[in-house]
Amino acid sequence: MNTSVKLCDVVLKNPVMTASGTFGSGLEFAEYMDLNCLGAIVTKGVASVPWQGNNTPRIAETASGMLNAVGLQNPGVDLFVNRDLKELTKYDTNVIVNVCGHTTEEYLEVIERLNSEDIIKMFEINISCPNVKEGGVAFGTNPVLVEKITSDIKKLSKKPVIMKLTPNVTDITEIARAAEAGGADCVSLINTLTGMKIDIERRKCLLANKTGGLSGPAIKPVAVRMVYQVRKAVNIPIIGMGGITTSEDAIEFMMAGANAVAVGTANFITPKATVDIINGIEEFMQKHNIKDINEIVGCVE
Amino acid sequence: MAKEFKTLVYRNEEIAKDIFDLKLSVPEDFNSVAGQFVMIGVNDSSKLLKRPISICECKDGILRLVFRIAGEGTKKLSLLKAGDEVTVLGPVGNGYPFKEGEDRKVLLLGGGIGIPPILGAEKALKNSAKVTSILGYRDEMVFLNADFERESFLTSDSCGVSVEEYASLSALERKNVQIKGNAVSVAKALELANLLDFSEYDIICACGPMPMLRAVKQLAAEKGIKAYISLEERMACGIGACLGCVCKTVKKDAHTNVNNARVCKEGPVFLAEDVEI
Repeated sequence: MNTSVKLCDVVLKNPVMTASGTFGSGLEFAEYMDLNCLGAIVTKGVASVPWQGNNTPRIAETASGMLNAVGLQNPGVDLFVNRDLKELTKYDTNVIVNVCGHTTEEYLEVIERLNSEDIIKMFEINISCPNVKEGGVAFGTNPVLVEKITSDIKKLSKKPVIMKLTPNVTDITEIARAAEAGGADCVSLINTLTGMKIDIERRKCLLANKTGGLSGPAIKPVAVRMVYQVRKAVNIPIIGMGGITTSEDAIEFMMAGANAVAVGTANFITPKATVDIINGIEEFMQKHNIKDINEIVGCVE
Repeated sequence: MAKEFKTLVYRNEEIAKDIFDLKLSVPEDFNSVAGQFVMIGVNDSSKLLKRPISICECKDGILRLVFRIAGEGTKKLSLLKAGDEVTVLGPVGNGYPFKEGEDRKVLLLGGGIGIPPILGAEKALKNSAKVTSILGYRDEMVFLNADFERESFLTSDSCGVSVEEYASLSALERKNVQIKGNAVSVAKALELANLLDFSEYDIICACGPMPMLRAVKQLAAEKGIKAYISLEERMACGIGACLGCVCKTVKKDAHTNVNNARVCKEGPVFLAEDVEI
């Protein structure tokens, strides 16, 4: 039975990775699960300098989901390299670093700094965070800007580049095509859907940032639909995510067309969510006599 | 080392209006210090996140959590019955700066649903030469006060006697009498009435609502005593990964590299002078 998948020449022992921002640097979870079993760890977004992030409250629970407005708080690329990356070399898994910035220059600064780090197998470019005013989703909603920033990054990057797409657009296939045209090696989708929750007693937004990104099982059908659409629109590999909580969810994304999947909010429900999903995928393969997990990718017409 | 485990509810009872005393069986290796907390699942698949609840006490394999119904999640927890299964992750976070049985001279200040961890602190300080608790309640509806074994004062924002009146009572008469005011204002008044001497304590440990904690921070600065305060914030993971629950810090935090510390990991107990509240 083969569970391994290939993303732009990077071999993952299984298709399960973590979704950026929900797994810290990975090390926070080492106490609760075996990081070695993951297909890949996608780290929390890192910028050229430390970012303070938004005010609290940053978290609000909603029906079968949650809103977050962390605002990409991160320790900056220097501390990330010297502490987190160094520690991650102890584990036998692929490290994918999520990169964020306010301007193209800031993204490029991070790429330049990280290009020489051998442990990093791929970059994931966050052009889809709904919680920062500049950069993030401001890039990700405009196909012209997406193509431009993708090609700027591709020119500099020595590693395969994943563009992470926002669902907060009229037509996600247009954005995916723009990323592919810009030279993206892979796309990951979806980032969170912009949402809001109001405290009716206080007549105020629950989040200090007023709006936040909705994640969790509540958004899964939207994400599956978008993966399905993007599969038909581009030829590069797709990392599917958005509310994956069980192995059945992961399989659904793969059947819709994802070559690999990322688990996000489920890591908050239980820190060993990824392990359960990996085991569940193997059980499903056994039960249905699937010899190679790649057989099911995009099998739904 | 913290871990996630499934366990059974031993007992759950309402000890005051909307305040529940939940007892759970825990594994033998569950070792917590006063001020730590657990994340507890609410057995409702539409409510994904575990709730952070401070540990009241843990002994003989029974973990005691005392919480107030504050929303739909805690409402669900209030409905748990003996024998129900729950998922617990913990103990997590950093508690008060002393170990079980240590001899520290501590002034404990608890406000409302901040009282349960203060009870845990008092119990951990059983070998201490000097421990005093001041417990602040909204009204006459007191809870957990009978569990305190050392010197303690009860206060209330909405009822109670003046400190002068209280001072005139005999020790026997004082039992269960509330002094009007909040935990901090009453502490100051008790000092003026010679019923409390701040110089007798090494540290203050507090847990309660934010206005109270701000007053504790100010009190500590005035009296030149270190105060350790337990903060509350909305959390997702509870293990330091999501950065949902930060508080502003005076200095740059070593982990985050910005002036923000994770309440779930570096906290929930912080030295008051280190945090901007």
